[in-house]
Amino acid sequence: MNIFVCISHVPDSTTKVRVGPSGKEIDEEGVTFILNPYDEYAVEAALQMKEKQGGEVTAVCVGNDAVKETIRKALAMGVDKGLLIKAERSRDSFGIAHAIADTLRDRSPDVIFCGKQSIDYDSSQVAGMLGELLGFPSVSAIVGLEVDGDGNITLERDIEGGQEISKTKLPAVLSTDKGLNEPRYPKLQGIMAAKRKPIEETEAAPYENRVQVMEMRLPPAKDAGKIVGEGVDAVPELVKLLHEEAKVI
Amino acid sequence: MKAIVFVEQRDGNIKKSSCEAIHAAASRFGSCTAVVIGPDLGDAYAGLGAYGASKVIAVTGDGLENYSVTAYAKAFSGVVQELGADVVLFSATAMAKDLAPRVAIRLDAALASDCTELTVQGDEVIATRPVYAGKAFITVTLATPVKIFSLRPNVFTIGETSDAQAEVEKRAPDLSDDDFVVRVVETKMASGRKDVVEADVIVSGGRGMGAPENWRLIEELADVLDAATGASRAVVDAGWRPHAEQVGQTGKTVAPSLYIACGISGAIQHLAGMSSSKCIVAINKDPEAPIFKVADYGIIGDVMEVLPALTNEIKSVVGK
Ligand SMILES: Cc1cc2nc3c(=O)[nH]c(=O)nc-3n(C[C@H](O)[C@H](O)[C@@H](O)COP(=O)(O)OP(=O)(O)OC[C@H]3O[C@@H](n4cnc5c(N)ncnc54)[C@H](O)[C@@H]3O)c2cc1C
Ligand SMILES: Cc1cc2nc3c(=O)[nH]c(=O)nc-3n(C[C@H](O)[C@H](O)[C@H](O)COP(=O)(O)OP(=O)(O)OC[C@H]3O[C@@H](n4cnc5c(N)ncnc54)[C@H](O)[C@@H]3O)c2cc1C
Repeated sequence: MNIFVCISHVPDSTTKVRVGPSGKEIDEEGVTFILNPYDEYAVEAALQMKEKQGGEVTAVCVGNDAVKETIRKALAMGVDKGLLIKAERSRDSFGIAHAIADTLRDRSPDVIFCGKQSIDYDSSQVAGMLGELLGFPSVSAIVGLEVDGDGNITLERDIEGGQEISKTKLPAVLSTDKGLNEPRYPKLQGIMAAKRKPIEETEAAPYENRVQVMEMRLPPAKDAGKIVGEGVDAVPELVKLLHEEAKVI
Repeated sequence: MKAIVFVEQRDGNIKKSSCEAIHAAASRFGSCTAVVIGPDLGDAYAGLGAYGASKVIAVTGDGLENYSVTAYAKAFSGVVQELGADVVLFSATAMAKDLAPRVAIRLDAALASDCTELTVQGDEVIATRPVYAGKAFITVTLATPVKIFSLRPNVFTIGETSDAQAEVEKRAPDLSDDDFVVRVVETKMASGRKDVVEADVIVSGGRGMGAPENWRLIEELADVLDAATGASRAVVDAGWRPHAEQVGQTGKTVAPSLYIACGISGAIQHLAGMSSSKCIVAINKDPEAPIFKVADYGIIGDVMEVLPALTNEIKSVVGK
């Protein structure tokens, strides 16, 4: 199996966001970057598929040299090799999907895993776009995955108020949600081995963003609310406020 | 500008958030055409006129009763091209997150996901969307002739409904087996309670609830409020509650009218999922808990005592 996993290099989830001098993007000064949490489920799914079916796993990232540290994190989890598609970091989802599709088209992927969403721009677009660009089926936000020996796959995904089971076949693009698996932690041995694993580099074709950011701003600061009181005694007052002031009950 | 709204139905039920999208389109672009794929629902379609759809295109055919991302993308894009629309709206549901990116490629259109504001200025459409889990917002414009926006559910209103009836037209697209390469074979709906993303009121519990059996206190309050039940990641990871209930950065993003956080500390990743709720109530025994910084109303106290009292008090006020 020729397995690819697309990974995104994102600010840690505890990052305090500050707007940078352009007024259009965050100030990355002092920000710690991590492997996108949803992509950990994608890496785990890729590794489990390799363990069952054999083959090779390649982690793909579109970005500049800075993203190599994130590729190394996937390598440390057990991914065999990295593929850095060099491009400016400010590409929109379509620009990223396009660069990945152009690069993977001739490498006969059997399956491409993505995360459900990248926790920076939260767009949930790359996987579906990649599927359409490559002419592959795609299923997003999966929480269950079964593959048989003939490449038929059964997938489960959460929908509002329930789950949906779908069937498709390889080659396919699948995006992963929390709940699919428990991502493994890199072991020391894995971290050492990752340093020696190859990261191939290619160049993405030039691209102009279709989703154009005019401005980035922080949400208006919220006034600290009212502490109604302590314990059971405060309950009648709270209910009165919810009923008469907030009018939500 | 000519606007089309993708209307989602499951098992013959039209999603409320699709009606929000119809109203958003009609109120900004003057009128809109709603496109529904699935079984023929007859009168229900004409009823979409109430939210502002002037026309409904009902796309039906063998296999289209159940969702298939590939077939729906082809059928829907075909209608958009036939009508020559410039703006396409979705409600950002689980289906739209799966479907809209493929439609965007087919229409060679840019897509802005999960928008919380949409304004028209001359011939520009400007969207606002949260990034970094709501820690910042960006305003964007789309540089393609056809522009696609998905709207965050529960943020846009359905407006004042009228008794207008929409004109209904049918389409039966030409689809082959290959177009159904992905297909839904089964849908398992949980019975009873609403889903967190669709609920108007959410009662949510965290580690401060002490043990999974104490969730009956959450459920009793949820029952009187006709609410969904939510959870923090700590209790989902501990196996106390199902994944589908998790609210936050790696869970669901919700925007109900009322969010009641019980024994939840208010970690930044939890706040990411619920801070756009219209009214937030926190019950926590620690006066320093960060949840009080975003709460509109707070009670400092033990959930085991406060919750039953709250349920009783609300019962007497709402008369249930
Ligand atoms: C400085 C800066 C400027 C930016 N400017 C813009 C802008 O002008 N317009 C705009 O729309 N966006 C802009 N971005 C956002 C950029 O598109 C995101 O940072 C990128 O991570 C994609 O996020 P998404 O939400 O679109 O991805 P999603 O569609 O949510 O990602 C889903 C999945 O796709 C895969 N994936 C995502 N990104 C990559 C990647 N780079 N390489 C490989 N796989 C990936 C992962 O598996 C991920 O889980 C900017 C970002 C930065 C840092
Ligand atoms: C990448 C990443 C993603 C994450 N995503 C999410 C996410 O999507 N959603 C999420 O929720 N978290 C998420 N987290 C986890 C988050 O950081 C917190 O660990 C988690 O939200 C804590 O849950 P909690 O508030 O239930 O527990 P705690 O932080 O342990 O808080 C329990 C609270 O209950 C109070 N308490 C205790 N006993 C009582 C009592 N008897 N009565 C009243 N109050 C009481 C305590 O004072 C305390 O404030 C994520 C973390 C990471 C690193």
